[in-house]
Amino acid sequence: MTSKYSKWIWGVPLWILAIAFLAPFAWMISTALKADVDAYKIPMQWIPDPFQWDNFSTVLSGATSVLPAFGRSVFVALLRVAGELITATMAGYAFARMSFKGRDKLFQLYLATAIIPAQLLLVPRFIYFQKLGLYDTLWALILPGMFTVLGTFLMRQFFVSQPAEFAEAARMDGANEWRVFTRIYLPLATPVMSALGILAFVWSWNDYETPLVLISNPDRYTLPLSLTNFVDEQGQIAPGLTMAASVISIVPVLIVFVVLQRRFIAAMTHTGIK
Amino acid sequence: MATATVVAAGTKARTEQGSGIRPSGWIGFLFIAPNLLGVLAFTLIPLISVVVLAFTDWNLVSGLGGITFNGIDNFVAIARDPGFWHAIGLTLVYVVVSVPLTVVLGLALGIALNRPLPGRAVLRAIFFLPYIVNVVAIGMTWLMLMNPKAGLVNQVLDAFGIQPGWFASSHWALPALIVMAVWGGVGYCSLIYLSALQDAPRQLYEAADIDGASAWSKFRVITWPSLLPTTIFLLVTLIIGASQGFGLIALITAGGPGDATTTISYYMYQTGFQFYRFGYASAIGLVTFVGVLVLTLVTWRAQRGRALNDQ
Repeated sequence: MTSKYSKWIWGVPLWILAIAFLAPFAWMISTALKADVDAYKIPMQWIPDPFQWDNFSTVLSGATSVLPAFGRSVFVALLRVAGELITATMAGYAFARMSFKGRDKLFQLYLATAIIPAQLLLVPRFIYFQKLGLYDTLWALILPGMFTVLGTFLMRQFFVSQPAEFAEAARMDGANEWRVFTRIYLPLATPVMSALGILAFVWSWNDYETPLVLISNPDRYTLPLSLTNFVDEQGQIAPGLTMAASVISIVPVLIVFVVLQRRFIAAMTHTGIK
Repeated sequence: MATATVVAAGTKARTEQGSGIRPSGWIGFLFIAPNLLGVLAFTLIPLISVVVLAFTDWNLVSGLGGITFNGIDNFVAIARDPGFWHAIGLTLVYVVVSVPLTVVLGLALGIALNRPLPGRAVLRAIFFLPYIVNVVAIGMTWLMLMNPKAGLVNQVLDAFGIQPGWFASSHWALPALIVMAVWGGVGYCSLIYLSALQDAPRQLYEAADIDGASAWSKFRVITWPSLLPTTIFLLVTLIIGASQGFGLIALITAGGPGDATTTISYYMYQTGFQFYRFGYASAIGLVTFVGVLVLTLVTWRAQRGRALNDQ
């Protein structure tokens, strides 16, 4: 009897807090549908009057369209996710389930580099990509994301927990190493791979610092960079257009989040700790 | 996130040796080769380069030929650079205020979300939401929300008679960034705590209930110690994150007004990519990284020491 009560005693304040927490997002959506003159009205007008759907048609068409940038972000994210999944799965598997000379030394080297923040590597990457002609191309964003130490760790952690007997049995039947990997261990790894895929997608989709440094031509902006197109030289933001483009930039991550919520939260929280 | 994985992997590497895996010769190396070549090209070589560059005087204008080694000159210059120390001070304030605040509020929220609640799954998702949205969309939104004259935040604060200048004021710009950091990180911390709370030792709580222990003493004696590894993990990841990110500052304040938000990561970004002083920027990056490493190790040690004393 008390528990039914206490559910609401905690529930009501938490929901009020949650609504306050959501206020910036509500403001974003509201402003995306408003004329710029209404954006800073006092008091704040939550329901746009009139609705300015034009903001969305402006950021989705013509010279101001963010769709090309959206496409580039999709392209970058897909290649990064695919590349990271392939290389991390293979390497993680070998570190866990195969033995070869220098394996443990190599793994220690991986361990040591894992805590290096990406920001520290931006200066040399900037220089190298200029020398290689990759500066100001999408490859400067894609290539480093395809070969990650962290992804290799996650996959290794999983494969280490799998029994070795599966492989022994398959080898008895004459399967080679590649077959053992692709037919036996890889199918078991799909939950971890989807967790890693989600992480890689979100990192890639939201990355702002790397393209800020490595992309300069507005025709090659990825989506986060392109949101700054609606700020003029004096730093004046066009509220309606910026917020409409921001809403569009959030949609893909939000869809992944809603559809795969359980797996998404597990990927974000568990992978680090366990 | 990386750090804890590293620790976990390190301990496992030792226990797993000699588990009867058949030697696979060079085939195993082939499996690793694609990843290794990429890591070599895009992580290891840049890492070595940044260390080498830190001992050179080099800028974009002088070109590759203009690279000259200058020994420890950069580090001497850093020690005497008021801009560097100003940035370090700002970063310390930013980290020391935002990180504990985020962790404590995240813990409170995690404990609250661990109870039976109406619409609990939705609540969790709501608090987590800021964590998955790109920094530009969030930054632009808050910049307008915190407009000193007509923003929603000051409309609300008007009821309390305060009107901070936020990003337009050199006093309020850093607090504004801290508000954003806490808002963005609390939900993430609460979810990490939540998953740790669900692994908490249930029998201990039952025993404590039988002894008639108060809610506070149960928290102090059972919950808090069992959450200690999680707290350390969060402190370490948040300290690293807060001291390395420059995206939001580049977007919203460009280090200003004046140099009021020129944190160390932004200072490095400015030195490297606006003034193109690659050698000096590399040295700043290296010094900062070592500093953060020491800071996190101290946190780690301090917390571990306290855990041992408690027992």
